[in-house]
Amino acid sequence: MERNEVSQALGTGVVIEAIESMTGAESIAPEHVGRGRLPATGYVPQAAAVDAALQREVEALLYRQAAMLDAKAWAEWCGLFSDSGIYWMPATPDQTDWEGQPSIFAEDGLLREVRMGRLQHPNAWSQAAAWATNHLVGNVMIEAVEGDRVEVYSRFQMMEMRRDDIRHFGGSYRHTLVREQGRLGIAFQRVDLTNGQGLFEYVLQAWV
Amino acid sequence: MSAIDLDYLVQPDRVHRSVYTDQILFDLEMENVFEKIWVYCGHESQVKKPGDYWTLQIGRQPMVMVRGEDMRIHVLYNRCPHRGVMLCGNQSGNTGKHFVCSYHAWSFKLDGRISAIPLARGYEGTRLTFDDPQASMVPAARVDSYRGFVFASLSPTGPSLSEFLGDARVAFDDICDRSPEGEVEAVPVCHRVMQRSNWKFFMENQLDALHPSVTHQSTGVPARRVENRLKAEQGKAPLFFHYLSTFASSFDQWDSVQTVNFPNGHGILKAYMGLRPTDPDTLEYESLMKKAYGEAKAEEFLSRSIHHVLVYPYLSVQSPLQQLRCLRPIGPDRTLSEIWHFRLKGVPEAIYRRSLWYFNLVNSPATMINADDLENWTKGQWGLQSKGGDWVSFHREHGRDTETDGVSYSNRGTSEVVMRNQFKAWKAYMQPAAAGSKA
Repeated sequence: MERNEVSQALGTGVVIEAIESMTGAESIAPEHVGRGRLPATGYVPQAAAVDAALQREVEALLYRQAAMLDAKAWAEWCGLFSDSGIYWMPATPDQTDWEGQPSIFAEDGLLREVRMGRLQHPNAWSQAAAWATNHLVGNVMIEAVEGDRVEVYSRFQMMEMRRDDIRHFGGSYRHTLVREQGRLGIAFQRVDLTNGQGLFEYVLQAWV
Repeated sequence: MSAIDLDYLVQPDRVHRSVYTDQILFDLEMENVFEKIWVYCGHESQVKKPGDYWTLQIGRQPMVMVRGEDMRIHVLYNRCPHRGVMLCGNQSGNTGKHFVCSYHAWSFKLDGRISAIPLARGYEGTRLTFDDPQASMVPAARVDSYRGFVFASLSPTGPSLSEFLGDARVAFDDICDRSPEGEVEAVPVCHRVMQRSNWKFFMENQLDALHPSVTHQSTGVPARRVENRLKAEQGKAPLFFHYLSTFASSFDQWDSVQTVNFPNGHGILKAYMGLRPTDPDTLEYESLMKKAYGEAKAEEFLSRSIHHVLVYPYLSVQSPLQQLRCLRPIGPDRTLSEIWHFRLKGVPEAIYRRSLWYFNLVNSPATMINADDLENWTKGQWGLQSKGGDWVSFHREHGRDTETDGVSYSNRGTSEVVMRNQFKAWKAYMQPAAAGSKA
């Protein structure tokens, strides 16, 4: 261009089309694996064909469990577990064993008793701050029924208010329920917190 | 800026509240302390293969620790020299043979040197040349490691890493010596918990032997109840109930625990953690240790009386259980804590699980212990905004500590010599800032 005028500049030029030698893209060979570890487990639940009454019974148990947390009915909540029942929140979604790997919660009945004792102790100082939670449980899929055992997958959303702060947690539950004397009890509860590897503003004092 | 009178702010037995709350002092701390001294980056086992990286913060600076093609570990500013865009946008991963900028595809070798620029002819005849260091990622001025723990300093001058650590290097010796192979491996789960308080609260708290039986009684008491019941019923209880119940030990018991306070603000809370029961796993472990090191050395390593070691001003190491918490200050009232634990190489699985219980119960984001600590520090930070008083008191046992060769020993575990010693170091680090502000 002899004269650098806008009208002249706009009247010429090339058309950028998809051509094969995109040098910029070529220089970025996809050799890196900088992908985050959040949050996929690759686990897709599959609902089994089950009796509608069992589906209702299981849902009622999950909803009741959530309501007990929101009501801070700790003893009743603990009572939902069978004697050897385990509550487990893994630190990462790829973990398969509640023992031997770092966890956020890994509690049998005795440790749940300690946690409940703490929550009820008059000098649990951090309990002085007003706090409340709201759990919603849904997407309840019974995945397997084998004799007295029922495997259930569900998802939850939980909002927590503490002092003037709102926090938000979500994730999935995987319950192994066992029928003992006619009643379904929790033999194992796995809680995968979607934001479990994220930054925690403060900690979790009670079960989720 | 008005003059900063360090002698007024930090007195032998009390400090002014502004050292916890003031933004200007915080910025000066970043400049004169965190961005000069040796800062912990991570353990070399976090980056095993070439291209493996972890990002971290040194002071206000976003950095990346990466394993090079030559297997050397580099610590670089996480910044593209072209337009300043961060090169690694995730906490960890593998970047392949290069760092590649997502904006204009400038690429860099793993040691940070420029590798390629698209359409490089566009720079012909300009001031930018490939051999100009300003075309490459900037490395930390100094990188060094001690027993696998990697540190970097953004200042080309100053004490060496071993001078900086001084006797506090026992933190890493105590972690590693407890392995018959003398080495550990980082467990690649890093819990991150935000403290809504100045970083000093955490550092003071870690060797504060008066607080546990007050702050943590709500956990210690029910844990002791279960522990005692199990002992009555079965004659024994898992060690982790003891981890929790000792938090509620009596004042007198905590007062009998000594602290050792080193130069640079480092220190040790002594106390034997009851890690030598006579169960088959422990006996097997101790025999492996004796085979590796001989009777006398193994005994020395196994009986070290350490509860916590502090590397001032940002690291709390619980070496007997191979755990570590590292602070990354974000603001005067905001501090990120990164929480790690390590696996001893060559020990029975049960020995790992024993320390894992402590990690899960005390250091996880569902901790039954730090829940109440964090509450104290949050309320502490709020309290220090108050005009109801200007001073933070460190008078307890003042004048009754023993000092030998720059090391202060508390004669009582609850002595606030810990905080007095930390502020001695803080004041020394901040001297240049005070001098600068007067000029």
